[in-house]
Amino acid sequence: MATTLSSSAGPAGAERGLGLLRTMVRIRVLEEGIEKHFLAGDIPGFAHLSIGQEAVAAGTCANLRRDDAIASTHRGHGHTLAKGTTMRAMVAELFARTTGVCKGKGGSMHIADFSVGMLGANGVVAGGFGLVAGAALSAVLRKTDQVAVCFFGDGATNRGPFHENLNLCAIWNLPAIFVLENNRYASTTSTAETMKITDVARRADGYGMPSAIVDGFDAFAVFDALETAVARARSGGGPTFVECKTYRARGHYIGDPERYRRKTEVEDVMSTSDPIVRMQAVLSDELSPQQFEHLWAEARDEFADAVAFARNSPSPEQSEAFFGVYAGDRDPGDPVHRIAARERDALLPFAPSVGTGSQGSGH
Amino acid sequence: MHTVTFSEATLEAMREEMRRDATVFLMGEDIAKQGGIFGQFKGLPEEFGVERVRDTPISEAALVGAGVGAALTGCRPVVDMHFADFITCSMDELVNQAAKLRAMFGEQCVVPMTLRAPDGITKSAGAQHSQSLESWFVHTPGLEVVVPADPEDAKGLLKAAIRSDNPTLYFEHKALFPVKGPVPDDDDFVVPIGKAKPMRDGTDVTIVTYGITVTRALEAAALLEAEGIEVAVLNLRTLWPLDYDAIADAAARTHRIVVAHEAVRVGGVGAEIAAFLGEQCFDDLDGPVVRLGAAHVPVPFAPALQEAMYPKTPAIADAARRLARREL
Ligand SMILES: Cc1ncc(C[n+]2csc(CCOP(=O)(O)OP(=O)(O)O)c2C)c(N)n1
Ligand SMILES: [Mg+2]
Repeated sequence: MATTLSSSAGPAGAERGLGLLRTMVRIRVLEEGIEKHFLAGDIPGFAHLSIGQEAVAAGTCANLRRDDAIASTHRGHGHTLAKGTTMRAMVAELFARTTGVCKGKGGSMHIADFSVGMLGANGVVAGGFGLVAGAALSAVLRKTDQVAVCFFGDGATNRGPFHENLNLCAIWNLPAIFVLENNRYASTTSTAETMKITDVARRADGYGMPSAIVDGFDAFAVFDALETAVARARSGGGPTFVECKTYRARGHYIGDPERYRRKTEVEDVMSTSDPIVRMQAVLSDELSPQQFEHLWAEARDEFADAVAFARNSPSPEQSEAFFGVYAGDRDPGDPVHRIAARERDALLPFAPSVGTGSQGSGH
Repeated sequence: MHTVTFSEATLEAMREEMRRDATVFLMGEDIAKQGGIFGQFKGLPEEFGVERVRDTPISEAALVGAGVGAALTGCRPVVDMHFADFITCSMDELVNQAAKLRAMFGEQCVVPMTLRAPDGITKSAGAQHSQSLESWFVHTPGLEVVVPADPEDAKGLLKAAIRSDNPTLYFEHKALFPVKGPVPDDDDFVVPIGKAKPMRDGTDVTIVTYGITVTRALEAAALLEAEGIEVAVLNLRTLWPLDYDAIADAAARTHRIVVAHEAVRVGGVGAEIAAFLGEQCFDDLDGPVVRLGAAHVPVPFAPALQEAMYPKTPAIADAARRLARREL
């Protein structure tokens, strides 16, 4: 595995390392908090955690500008936070409140923040490939130097859209970057069961797309690979494929019984590879234990503030269920508004009142 | 009779059909190792081996495409779509291939494939994991569509789907999997495709419905009984071929019809039923056919919003009550 730690060298490296560490710690604190609040019943729906994979989100997004685009996956909390969404906007969304970044209509699996170029988590595996190809095409057509990054899992590379969009980006030389988080599993199946190769990056060869394989636990290594890829894309050099070898340290979703792997496997990997522990070790000459503790304390405060913000935010009015689908549907003069209003009038009188955090599913 | 959950009823069907016919096999994502998200595949790999119970990569187009190919050449594949929403990832294979081949090739072949599709609204799964898409497939010539409402339907319709020589979509509502109910003991019990089932009689109004909404309609009927309104409930069971005779019969008996489903109302199966009643049973009707279905919106995540946008027991009861009282 190529782990050239060029970006870690010198005082500039320490500064960068601190930034990467801060992002990873914020993601970890956010996700451990999400886990706790999900189990407490504060968060409806599904939630997939990226604990163990934080270096990929941090190392990638540290190379991106606010106006660059990313597309994420069902496991998207880290990408979203690293791209610049506030914890408040995220936690309020997961708590299904009006102040959430998607007004409570998306939730964990469908979180998006267009104000920072985050084109969405995705409930459909491989849903991001096309969005990124299109965002990259749009950057070219609009004559900007923006780039578009697609995060995706090993499992997603077995779907057709992977093939079609990588080929398209390659032949059109689009400023797209494909960041694979190879975490060894797609839900219950291991990569060994679902593909004959171990380095998925070999698939990029089939499209004539340059690729790199990096240690996905090493935020510097991810940073370096993305620095090269982003420079190539911005300068008209076309797409790049970066495979990050990483590991999912939690169940596929919160509540996964995880019968497909041994508990000790998780402990073995994390005891040697936890990306945060590794970054703290790299930075231990530059930073004191108190400074590390300060980072964690800051992140915990930020999360506590976000939870308080979410709790103090209202749930959406039930009439909101009928609007916000079509551009124009809030305008009383628009034909689609009249249809939506009629549906509201037919159904709303029967809407059961639903408490915050509850999960309606009864008859 | 014995009592099992809906999920166990589907398991019994799978087991019995796989024992009965060695050409039946099952494939899908995450089905073998943890027994499926709803426990609906538990024990199958142990009994039938991983040759016939296959975990697959995330490749829906390949699953359905290969299902069609295997069905054309002597097998009876059961393909699990994980969530009905992901049928969209295999639409060519289903709509342009499976549905067309027998007619297009002059009856040279059959496509005895079953597609299992857990659907419906539950637990804030959000816009991409909550859809009820059955009307798309009713609209597609060449496909059969069945929707079980309870464990008995679950078992009998799944067995019928597997034995059917046509490509059959089996929509199983996610919230029904843990629901218990009686199931006949007979190994050869099947629910015939194309026949609706009267769930209760009544003289004032019939609620024509299917799937999870049958439970809601029965609850509504029980509420109205206390008010002196006699409501019949017709469980369609199959959406294609639709049991038009049973629907016409309901119109002849009660003269007032409510059609209810969880799928989006606009362009839904209820629209076909209402149109049929208007065209063919006009003289039998004493009031408008009332259609209930979800609003024309993607299912929102927030529980308060999710619960507001589709009809449950109170909305169904209200429609039946007003129709019975001639307020409509
Ligand atoms: C098209 C589609 N098929 C199946 C699923 C169900 N599903 C959700 S996540 C997942 C596994 C994804 O694996 P991978 O791409 O490796 O991402 P990871 O979960 O490891 O982050 C599956 C099968 C889905 N959401 N979309
Ligand atoms: Mg994976």
